[in-house]
Amino acid sequence: MIQAKQTPLADWHRSHGGKMVEFAGYEMPIRYEGVLAEHRRVRHQCGMFDVSHMGELEVRGGAARAEVHRLVTNDVASLEPGQVVYTAMCNEAGGVLDDLLVYCLSDEVFWLVCNAANHSKISAWVEGHLGAGARMEDRSEATALFALQGPRVREVLEKWPRLSGHLGRVLGLEYYRAAQVDLEGIELLVSRTGYTGELGFEVYLPASQAPEIWEEIVEAGASCGLAPIGLGARDTLRLEAGYSLYGHELDETTLPYEAGIGWVVRPRAGEFVGRDALLQAKEAGISRRTVGLEVEGRHIPRQNAAVLAGGEVVGHVTSGGFSPTLESGIGLARIAVGLGDAPLSVDIRGKQVPAERVKLPFVPSHVKD
Amino acid sequence: MRPEDRKYSPQHEWVRPDGDTMVIGITDHAADELGDIVFLELPEEGAELAPGDSLGTIETVKAVEELYTPVGGVVVEVNGAVVDHPEKVNEAPFDHGWLVKLRPDGSELETLMDAAAYDAMVDGD
Repeated sequence: MIQAKQTPLADWHRSHGGKMVEFAGYEMPIRYEGVLAEHRRVRHQCGMFDVSHMGELEVRGGAARAEVHRLVTNDVASLEPGQVVYTAMCNEAGGVLDDLLVYCLSDEVFWLVCNAANHSKISAWVEGHLGAGARMEDRSEATALFALQGPRVREVLEKWPRLSGHLGRVLGLEYYRAAQVDLEGIELLVSRTGYTGELGFEVYLPASQAPEIWEEIVEAGASCGLAPIGLGARDTLRLEAGYSLYGHELDETTLPYEAGIGWVVRPRAGEFVGRDALLQAKEAGISRRTVGLEVEGRHIPRQNAAVLAGGEVVGHVTSGGFSPTLESGIGLARIAVGLGDAPLSVDIRGKQVPAERVKLPFVPSHVKD
Repeated sequence: MRPEDRKYSPQHEWVRPDGDTMVIGITDHAADELGDIVFLELPEEGAELAPGDSLGTIETVKAVEELYTPVGGVVVEVNGAVVDHPEKVNEAPFDHGWLVKLRPDGSELETLMDAAAYDAMVDGD
């Protein structure tokens, strides 16, 4: 059996009550004080996630911009240094290979941040598809990533002593903007991004400095309600925010349009892998789409549960769970188009439970607060 | 050591004699493994259960688990407080987080473990 990899903080998680599970080949904390408490902490105060398992691929060179643009569906050609964009990477058929963030660090340096589960696939794909004038370096092993999320994160950053000289620049970041910070010789990349629907920042840093910096932020944030948050709450938070998760809403047989992330496809911005197939699909019209559902009563829809309309199966749940904010069962579902307002139900262990279509996100977004 | 006034099943339920009834709940180990319980579905009062019959379902944040009764009998009381506030099961699984009371129909308790044996099973020895 292959030994699960560890982030630089695995020992810290274990010694601070983290319940560890294997996720995407990494040993990761699923929870500390409990998923519900952690979820509410992020919604009302703030929390910090160790997401160092994510993959960071650096593409640099004179042709880096053009080459990265050609590999993803969103517009990289017009990104300014310090700008971040959420995008899909598709195969020739328009199926989603992964969803990722692209950071424009300079005109010739771009970072692609991919899911841990897709890391080796994406790394090989990028390497294999890059043309002349750009080369890729996998920075994942050397890079740690912390996500600070919640309404009180600005207070935490204000109380982090070593950040004081850079505070104006970091706190001044707009949504999906990033700043490189030299923290006494430690290079940080800080961005106004996240996966919870709350105000938040993500901090990329050298793996070797991760335990030291983590401890500093934990200490700085103690009086602001900051605590470590596990992957369990990361999932309930992203589901309430209506965000897609690879392997659930997204996979290689699903088009971005069908997964509810059609807005990341920018055919007018230039050529990219999968563009022809996606243009064709858009013109022909898609047959499935992704919707938010809230089920009645004390039931929870789970992934793969059938969705029914008029007694017929019209799709299935791609992500489901309990919403701690709404205190009800919610889910994202991929269903046939053209159902109109036909009442839907979800098959939950043989019982047809009425489900209401809900506009996404399930809870109000605070990312731009 | 877990409470010695009751018996334990390999499926992490406990059964405590109380007069002529049996109180059933889940162990601290089960509650911790399950994580936050958000919904509980328990049988109706008056339901007749054979050993191994479904005792209801536990919905946690991450998954749903089926509960099976280690003893047979008639349900004489359901803990309404945990149905309304499932977090009580996580807080005090051996105490006010109990689930149902049965009037037993036999003596399957013989097949259950005492506290020492259950401790050894879940915590190692």
